[in-house]
Amino acid sequence: MADTPQKPVAASRPLSPHLTIYRWPVTMATSITHRVTGVGLTFGAIVLAWWLVCISTGPDGWQTFHAVSDTPIGLLILFGLTWSLVYHFLNGIRHLAWDLGYGFPKQVAERNSVIILALSVVGALAIFALVWTGHGGYLQ
Amino acid sequence: MKSAQTPLHKVEGMGSSHSGTGHFWHERVTSVALIPLSLWFLYVMLGLAGTSEVTALQFLAHPWNALLMGAFMSFSLYHAYLGLQVVIDDYIHTAGTKIFLLLFSLLSIIAVGVVSLFAIVRIAAL
Repeated sequence: MADTPQKPVAASRPLSPHLTIYRWPVTMATSITHRVTGVGLTFGAIVLAWWLVCISTGPDGWQTFHAVSDTPIGLLILFGLTWSLVYHFLNGIRHLAWDLGYGFPKQVAERNSVIILALSVVGALAIFALVWTGHGGYLQ
Repeated sequence: MKSAQTPLHKVEGMGSSHSGTGHFWHERVTSVALIPLSLWFLYVMLGLAGTSEVTALQFLAHPWNALLMGAFMSFSLYHAYLGLQVVIDDYIHTAGTKIFLLLFSLLSIIAVGVVSLFAIVRIAAL
């Protein structure tokens, strides 16, 4: 009886229903997506910092950035960051509305979740479509 | 009834965490500031897409654009740190790992901020 019996006891202890038990409501999906996109955008800030450094170091730096960003993987990352920004932006506004007390009824929260998910994908695709159809680059 | 709280502690109203609602409030303030800044950032990224290095340089060298880019970066990074802190607090339960990750994310974010602000100043001075 010298062994500590703590581990088996902890393993057999009954747990209340938790994350893995429930069918995922759409509000749960939008909540975790807000976190995931937030962490993703932190890496996006590193990409933006690298972009600024590349511009500040002259033509070579610019070419280095584009050698990476113009690849399929680079474009996929840029699309992911664009979508993350649009999603976090839209859902962040919803968080601010919640702080003011709006949007809490179950049906409203579920409806807004679907709207935000759809709108973020449409928004990100629209941004890429604008560039591909030659509507970007107007600061030249 | 006599309270164990000192008058200073009571008037500060910070509770046992000693920081009160500061974290929550800073997260909201930065998010409100990031609404117009993100729209501006999107406008800039779209406007510079497919252009040359010279265009980007000239645009960012303008004082207002340099200031806005610096503000976007600073607010984003502070907001990111506040968010990462919550994620780490929520999912990491080992004290050592938690302290390491909190310090690592804080120092990384400061490093990213210093590097980008230096790059912005350097572009503006070119």
